Amino acid sequence: MARNPRAAARSLDGEMMIMSGRDSTLFTLNKTATTLWQSADGATPLDEIVEKKICAEFEVEPTEALADAETLVRELAGHEILQISETPITPDKPVGEKR
Amino acid sequence: MSLLQEVNEKALARNIPLSVQLDLTYRCNERCVHCYLDHDDHGEMTTAEIKHLLDELADAGVFVLSLSGGEIFLRKDFFEILEYARLQKQFCVKLKTNAIVVREREAARLREIGVESIQISIYSHRAEVHDGITVVPGSLRRSLDAARFLKSQGLRVIFANVLMVQNVQDYQGMRALAEELGVECTLDPTITPMMDGNRSVLSLGIGHETLRQVFRDQALVGEVDEFCAIPALGENSLSALPCSAGHTSCYVSPYGDVFPCVQFPLLTGNVRKQKFLDIWRHSEKMNEVRSIRVKDLTTCTSCTHVGSCTRCPGLAYMEGNMRGPSSQDCEKSFARTGVPSANMLAKKRVAPSLVQIRALPTSPIESGGGALA
Repeated sequence: MARNPRAAARSLDGEMMIMSGRDSTLFTLNKTATTLWQSADGATPLDEIVEKKICAEFEVEPTEALADAETLVRELAGHEILQISETPITPDKPVGEKR
Repeated sequence: MSLLQEVNEKALARNIPLSVQLDLTYRCNERCVHCYLDHDDHGEMTTAEIKHLLDELADAGVFVLSLSGGEIFLRKDFFEILEYARLQKQFCVKLKTNAIVVREREAARLREIGVESIQISIYSHRAEVHDGITVVPGSLRRSLDAARFLKSQGLRVIFANVLMVQNVQDYQGMRALAEELGVECTLDPTITPMMDGNRSVLSLGIGHETLRQVFRDQALVGEVDEFCAIPALGENSLSALPCSAGHTSCYVSPYGDVFPCVQFPLLTGNVRKQKFLDIWRHSEKMNEVRSIRVKDLTTCTSCTHVGSCTRCPGLAYMEGNMRGPSSQDCEKSFARTGVPSANMLAKKRVAPSLVQIRALPTSPIESGGGALA
């Protein structure tokens, strides 16, 4: 999971505001979703982010947190704010590009 | 409240400059008759200086970055700057350009990098009128070709049209052309005085009667009666901010000078000498602009239009008082509603008439019979 470089993003008082590169829709993320966004480095799997960042920081039950995170990630990927892939995503190997 | 308003409120409360216009150059390949700029290069910021500024702007919380000029594509490092702003610093970037150098290759590159919108200055659908304003033969054809290239890349294009005596008769044709091309179109009847204070370009303004007619064009304004009505004074009208300049937005010139707005030439600092955030937070002038509320305005507080006026503090400043009225906006309020502003009434009271008419004397022989003094 990686941040889509085509999205515009800025932290406003600890919460991310993000504009989709596809249709300029503006989103603001709450603190949990912001942590998820900031951890989306293209290498760390979602379950690891949830376990190490979300559960540790926000005191939520892991199974429930992972389910919520998966829903959110799918939604953000639908708006081309996040990229998701079964394999690591790097700037020189974006999603969908075959090498 | 919309999400955008919420974000604005939050930025305002935390003194964050949410949007900044950065002019990359004042050089231009057109010579528009109404332009307020000095097109000579007096020492533009280098690529490194601009990248450093972008770092500072991102750290300060700036989200929307409008790159403008002059003509932005005249900078050889334009794409390097744009890539840095978008891909390294994640700004939401809007471009303002005449686009006459944009061809398929540039349009494809813009699509690759990703920009929120590209605003192109188009003054008429007729070449003889548009090219007459830009003083560049063939400029309309080239700008329209560029708009097509950009549209074909799926980019959002906006035509920006300044209404002047030269082109006011063409705005409907312009809008039809925009619709045909699938692009948005904005109209602005405001002419900005030259940066050196010269106000002669204001003579290009369309005048009261024409503006009155424009404001009654249903295709433009929607419900005419509603648009032209004077809204009741809202509960918070007098404590409202005059505009976003200096509150959540500001302007940086190609030389690093920082102003509250591109149309508000009150120098508050220079990013070559100071940190941007220090200017934004601590400049006395910026803080003075920031301190002004509608209730602090001279003349305007007693005006019928105070709750709905589009008063520009920058234009007021250029008239001599940032707390005073902006005559162009008084004219707009008058043309829209038919009710003169407090400023217009005050000027009328003090202005001596050129021709004073008095009653004929009872005995023409005694007075010499003159009616005009």
